[in-house]
Amino acid sequence: MFENIGEIILLFWRTMLALPLAWRQRQKVFEQFFEIGNASLLMVCVLSFFIGAVIALQTGPVLVQRGLASAVGGIVGISMAKELAPVMMAILIAGRIGSAMAAEIGSMRVYQEIDALRTMNINPIHYLVLPRLVAIAFALPMLVTFAILVGWLGGALVAQANSHIAIPFQAFFANLRDVVELKDVANGLFKSFCFALIIGVVSCHQGLVTIGGPRGIGRSVTKAVVNSIVLIVIFDYVLTRILLK
Amino acid sequence: MTNDPTANHSGVSLQVSRLRKSFSGEEVLRGIDFDVRPGEIFVIMGPSGSGKSVLLKHLIGLESPDEGEILINGESVQSPEIAGKYRMALVFQSGALLNSLTVAENVGLYLTEHRLKPPGEIARIVAEKLEAVGLKDAADKMPGELSGGMKKRVAIARALIIEPQLILYDEPTSELDPISAAVIGREILSLKQRIRVTSLVVSHDRDLAFGIADRIAVIHEGRILTIGTPDQVKRFNDPVLQKFLHADFQHASP
Repeated sequence: MFENIGEIILLFWRTMLALPLAWRQRQKVFEQFFEIGNASLLMVCVLSFFIGAVIALQTGPVLVQRGLASAVGGIVGISMAKELAPVMMAILIAGRIGSAMAAEIGSMRVYQEIDALRTMNINPIHYLVLPRLVAIAFALPMLVTFAILVGWLGGALVAQANSHIAIPFQAFFANLRDVVELKDVANGLFKSFCFALIIGVVSCHQGLVTIGGPRGIGRSVTKAVVNSIVLIVIFDYVLTRILLK
Repeated sequence: MTNDPTANHSGVSLQVSRLRKSFSGEEVLRGIDFDVRPGEIFVIMGPSGSGKSVLLKHLIGLESPDEGEILINGESVQSPEIAGKYRMALVFQSGALLNSLTVAENVGLYLTEHRLKPPGEIARIVAEKLEAVGLKDAADKMPGELSGGMKKRVAIARALIIEPQLILYDEPTSELDPISAAVIGREILSLKQRIRVTSLVVSHDRDLAFGIADRIAVIHEGRILTIGTPDQVKRFNDPVLQKFLHADFQHASP
């Protein structure tokens, strides 16, 4: 991965330079945006519901035993908003969407479709990378917003339904409102925006450098997902440090 | 390939001199020299791995030579002034149609992406080009629904959309049955007659080469063995060429 980091940064820079052309490519941006949403929304809801539920289930009984039952809402709220929703959804999207981007662009490269674009003076960065990067940069924060809300709901339902916790719905959300500030949610969304750029640029780059037929496409897909996840985890630490200040 | 497809429309000349290219230390092109006259069909023929496709990529600008130069109407293809001056198109071996677009969208892609015409005008031009290659009814099909021959004809229609002055064909009859191959050959000939385009065809198909070429260059191991009319090439007494021209099942040897 690290031997290609220069190429990835260069691709990101070239895509940023092409950003003024995004409006011209809006049709493709909308298509990509809806594809990402359609492919992921249900999975995002299921995953985040159970993540919220399991945090409540793990922390609830311990906090109740120590007389801190009212803190469950805050713990679920803050952990979903600042960490779990952005990171888990980014990993999910790297697997579902990043792999699809790498496979689609990779097969276009292998079957000379990208060469055909070049012979028509159509820049593959403008035509392929820009719409995908813009779409994912909007879609992932929106999916994370859903994930945070559904995760809170999952936590609240378990906290009320589980006899070892038994915190009423209203009490759960009252505590959540006390603890979670708007800036915590904004931090999580900012992280997800950065993760979206990582997934988009890494996956598109991997697609563009694909060689060697169907086997090469498979290799590119694997690399796109693994490299995206590694960078997400590294950047999660870096961003958390920066945002804590 | 560019530019305004409404501009003046006639074939260009092409000169290739002392072209050399190596990949990982292995010399693939070893000093290629030839010239193509305006409006002629020039076929570069040779066995697989002889450097034909690499040569073609140089002509369209997908590769840069280590040495030598390529001139179109006397101007280097590497010079910045030439960008957009001449209209060239490449018909890829596989067709290289974009699988996510319909046939009509593929054919009109150049005009759409460069916004050279309003949508209604693009639709009219696309229909005209598809009719020219006999695929008027395939406009709404996806490339996956087409046969190999149809894909190549769509690729030719896509090349025609820019009203090219030079069309390069990479193995236009590979993977085609003899009837489809003959249709493609006839299409190349008819384009020459209709629009006087210069055509450069890279192929190892002997029937196609001798059937359509004004002149043929034979390439072997990165060098030109001979250049001439089909009759001159048939008479050229070189063991490698004669083996290539007369290879069959009975006399095949590696």
